[in-house]
This record gives sequence, structure tokens and C-alpha cells, in this order.
Amino acid sequence: MTALLKAVDLCRDYRVHTGRGLFAAKAILRAVDGVSFEIEAGRTLGLVGESGCGKSTTGKLALGLIAPTSGSVRYRGVAMPPTGSPPWRELRRKMQMVYQDPLGALDRRLPVGVQIMEPLVIHGTLLPNEHRERAAAVMEAVGLLPHQFDRYPHELSGGQRQRVVLARALMTEPNLLVCDEPISALDVSIQAQVVNLLLDLQDRLGIAYLFISHDLRVVRQVSHDVAVMYLGRIVEQGEAESLFAEPAHPYTRALVSAIPVTGGGSRRERLLLQGDPPSPVDVPTGCAFHPRCPFEVAQCRSERPKLEPLPGGHPGGRRVACHRVGEPAFRVAA
Amino acid sequence: MAAPLLVLRNLTVDFHNGERLSRAVDIAEFEIGAGEAVGVVGESGSGKSVTWLAALGLLPTRASVGGSVRIDGQELVGAPAATLERLRGKRIAMIFQDPSSCLNPVHRIGWQLSEALGLHRGLESAAAQAEALRLLDQVGIADARRRLSDYPHQLSGGLNQRVMIAMALAGQPDLLVADEPTTALDATIQAQILVLLRTIRRDTGMALVLISHDLGVVAENVDRVAVMYAGRLVEEAMGADLFGAARHPYTQGLLAALPALTGPRQRLTAIPGTVPDPWSVSSGCRFAPRCPVAEPRCAQQPPPSRRIGLLHRAACHLAVEAGRSVWAMPQAAE
Repeated sequence: MTALLKAVDLCRDYRVHTGRGLFAAKAILRAVDGVSFEIEAGRTLGLVGESGCGKSTTGKLALGLIAPTSGSVRYRGVAMPPTGSPPWRELRRKMQMVYQDPLGALDRRLPVGVQIMEPLVIHGTLLPNEHRERAAAVMEAVGLLPHQFDRYPHELSGGQRQRVVLARALMTEPNLLVCDEPISALDVSIQAQVVNLLLDLQDRLGIAYLFISHDLRVVRQVSHDVAVMYLGRIVEQGEAESLFAEPAHPYTRALVSAIPVTGGGSRRERLLLQGDPPSPVDVPTGCAFHPRCPFEVAQCRSERPKLEPLPGGHPGGRRVACHRVGEPAFRVAA
Repeated sequence: MAAPLLVLRNLTVDFHNGERLSRAVDIAEFEIGAGEAVGVVGESGSGKSVTWLAALGLLPTRASVGGSVRIDGQELVGAPAATLERLRGKRIAMIFQDPSSCLNPVHRIGWQLSEALGLHRGLESAAAQAEALRLLDQVGIADARRRLSDYPHQLSGGLNQRVMIAMALAGQPDLLVADEPTTALDATIQAQILVLLRTIRRDTGMALVLISHDLGVVAENVDRVAVMYAGRLVEEAMGADLFGAARHPYTQGLLAALPALTGPRQRLTAIPGTVPDPWSVSSGCRFAPRCPVAEPRCAQQPPPSRRIGLLHRAACHLAVEAGRSVWAMPQAAE
């Protein structure tokens, strides 16, 4: 069976100025560097990493919103048509995007009902008299009340606005939703509502998600598989529960140990990283993580590690990009 | 027992908007001991920040503050501007979520630190420079001498937050109020800053108020926790008691809404509804509309603050038993 979405060796470069003025030197910023992943129908891939690691760019590449510098995206085995072309627009019906800030994603001067129906107008799939009916059905599915059809975005709460954004994305019956930090702008008690809603929708409609977030707790809750990104590359990938229980890459280990927990209980590994992530314009040689890694050796500075299956076999198809991960003493050396 | 450092009594903050009045904060009693670390948890609009802005006289004039806030017997509410200026920075310092908007973009870090040192400690030129250098060292900034001549935009978010902390320490305060100090930072940087705050507290014996929406951040870094909802204190307890045996339905709901990090994934318990509109008036418990076990009296009478155990108080009409979550009761079914 072919995957719903398959990305192979995606790269995306941006040209940036490194100094001031019109004639400043230009440099290449490689925001995404050789990223490959697959998403099966009805499943969720969580994409985690810190700001600037290229996770949002990867999300946009997956939808073809921006064209990759190299590499390819295939939807149901068919190559992604050029961005903006009629076949791409046709395909976009099946793949939608949900952004972090619902107020920014909605038009403040239009009632939300009109905005929810807009995708149907654009794609012209149903007869106009059926739009309202379909909108009512989708609004019910995401937990909005019928009278909210005529409300303006500012009259709704943050959680309700995010439901509107979701409803709008669901109007064209997509198979894939790319959710870019969909709950980060919401309060804790509202986050749980939206997470439950996303899981319910997946159960009922069989939608696949590419779920981008910096919140590891939420990613663990919603994802089947997780990919961890650092400076444009995937450093670790695998089944969600086992990845959080036994992270293998030093960066993943640091990320997991940085999640604050309530209630002491079991003593967890503490791996505190030094310094900040380097600038993506000036990525360190070899393993990009080596300047912050407590385990780095000479090989890490010169040779870039490949994303390879964890030695010794590991449940959940874990793959890690680290030179030292196979060493027996490595796990306890923290 | 020694007298507490800071005593809050019947503190109220009202915002005027034309004819309407909204009570943003209404706290009957709250104390902080010398050297104590207290966490304040709440969602947006819970009044967790406004409480401390009011105490320091930093609110705009359309807010009226009533009641009393005393530090070592000295009244802060309604105190003349000259008195407040002597206390701010020297007795109580405050740091905020977004460090880059709190630092002056057109002045060098060293200049800004020297200014604070001149204001609070009367240090000038060479002495101020030397002390600024020591402060940057204390907050763990490598290569401090070079950093003194940097502008804020040349530093990363984490470094800027360290500079803010250094500036807050310039007056050698007895109490540091940290308002979401790590919310704008990446996970690995957040861990660094929290460790730094712990180290500084250990070295200086300063008291800390850590305001956060993240229960985990608070749980790991303070002795005592206060939970606020819609301007009121709903529960107050030692950290272990609160996270292990919360008694207020809202606190229990917040804890249940947090995805687990270990063990099988379970459906999250979402608190239904949204945070009440600050302009709505209610005589009873503000949480009653969202509470699964609310009774008719909850909507009418304000809940009494009941003492549950040592340093553990909850403001709820119902005496919820220890170890029993109201969200697991049949009434809470969605």
C-alpha cells in the first residue's frame, strides 16, 4: 500500500543578506535539509523541534505551498504538481492547513459562517444551495452551535475560533491536515478540548495529520509517529510512546528531560544543554548538534551522521542520526 | 514564626470602561515569607499578572486598586510615587515574558545595567562597570566583558532574558516577581533559565514569585503554589499537596487536562466552556458555570476559603475528598 503522503529528501534554501545595505553579501540559508517522511492515511506524524529548526517550512513543503529546492513530495504515489497550477489547486482540496493564530487566519469583517463556506466557493464542488447545509454539518462536527454561523471572529473565544478554522479546513473533506502549532495560542483548559476534537475527527473521518508543535506532551498525545528536527534535519524518528520513553539522540534526550513534570515521583534523566541553537545560516560542520552535545567526539565535528535504524533492533522502527548512539556505554554516560 | 515578607489583604483591582466596571482581582489574603518561592498559576485573564502590577503601582490610571499590600510593614497601595520608586527594583523587582521588548533597543547592555545600578545602588562609572560585569557573570553569560558593549538585538532570546534577570538583581531585591519568564523561550533554553533562577535563589536567599500558565514549570521550581481563576485565589498549597491531592475542581481539571508523559495515552479530561468574560458580574463562585459538581448555592454565594491541611486552602462550597477527582465522577461525563 502506498503512503498517503511521501516526502523524499526535501531541501529548501532561502537567500538571505548577511550584512546591511543593498550590496551586502548573500548567503544560503538551508531551512530544510534532506527531510524524508511518510504519512499513512488516518495516522498522525508529529514534528517537533525548537524555533527555527524548519518544522513549519517542512509543513508548507508537504502541501506544496512552497516548492522544494530539491527532493519530492508524492501524494498517493503521484508527484506534487507545480505550486499554483490547476492540478495542484485540485489536489489542495484534499490537503488543508491549520495555523497557530486563529484570529490571524480569519477575516475580522466577515461572519464566520461565510468564511466556513468559502472553500466550497473556491473549489466549486457543491451546488451553492448545498453550501449552507454542509457548513451546518461541519460546524456540528467540530462542536460549534448553529447560531454561531452569523457571529464575527471577535465575538468568539480563542477555542471557538480555532474550531471555526478547523471547520473551514474540513469543508472540502480533506485526507490530510497540516496543523502548525494549532493549540499553542490557547489556554490550558481549552487545549485539551481541541486535542480531543482532533482525535475524534481522526477516528470518525480517517484524516491524517502532520502535527507540528514544540509542545512534546501534546505531540505524544496525538501522534502515532514522531520526528524530531534540529537545524533543518530529522535527528530522530520513531513510534511516539517509545520515543518519549527511551529517547536515543542526545538532543531528543535533552528535549524530553526539559519537559517540566508535575509531581516528583520517578527521577528522570537531567540533560541540560549549554548555549543556544546556532544560526541556520552558519550550520556547524559534521553533526549540526555537536557544539551543544555533551557526548561529542572528533568524528562528530567532521562527519555528518545519517538517519539510520537504531543498532540492535528497536520496536517502533526507530531511526537516529548520531555517531555514538550504538556505543554500549553511551546510554548511561549522561 | 518570623513575620512574612509580603502581606496581601483584601486586594481588589477594578478596571473602568465607561460606565462598566470589572473586577480583575479580588484576593482576601496572601502571604510570602522571606526567601520563599511561590508559584502563581492561572489561565489568561485570571489576574495572575495584574495582582503584581497592582502591588507595584504599575497599572494605568483607569484601574483602581483597593486593599493593602505591605512589604515588611510598608504599605504599597496608594503610596506616593517617590516611595514606590524607592521600593521598586530595590525591595521588589519584576521580570516579564518578552525580554527583548523590555530592554531598550538603542542602548548597549552595559549602559542599561549601569543605569539600573546607578538608580538603585548609587554606583557610578568604574564601580558600575565592574558590578555590571559581575552580574552578567552571575547570570551565566559567557564572555561577559564583550557582551557589555552589545545591543539587545545582537543577543538571543535566552541571553536577553539573562540580561533582564541581571538587571533585576542589580537592586539586590528581597523579592523577584517573574511573570512568565520562560514562555517566549525554547524548551532547552527554558530549562537553562529555570536552573539559573534556582541557583540565584540559593545564593542570594531572595524570595521568588513565579507566574506561569504551565503547571509543570511551577511544580518543579517552587515550594508553594497558588491557583487563580477569574481574579480569585481558588487553591493554595505546598507543591506536593497541590499536585498530588488537589481539592478544588478547577485545579483538578487543570491537572487532568495535561497530557501524560509516560504510560498509556488516555483521553484528556477537558474543562468545558471558556474563562468567564471579565465584564460579567457573578456573586457566586466564578467557576460554577464550568464545574461538573456545581450546586445551586455555588452560583449565588461566594465560596468560603476552607482550610484543608497545613498551608492548604481551597475556596469551594463542596468538601471534595482527598484523592478523589470531581472530573472522574459520573456528572463530569461529556
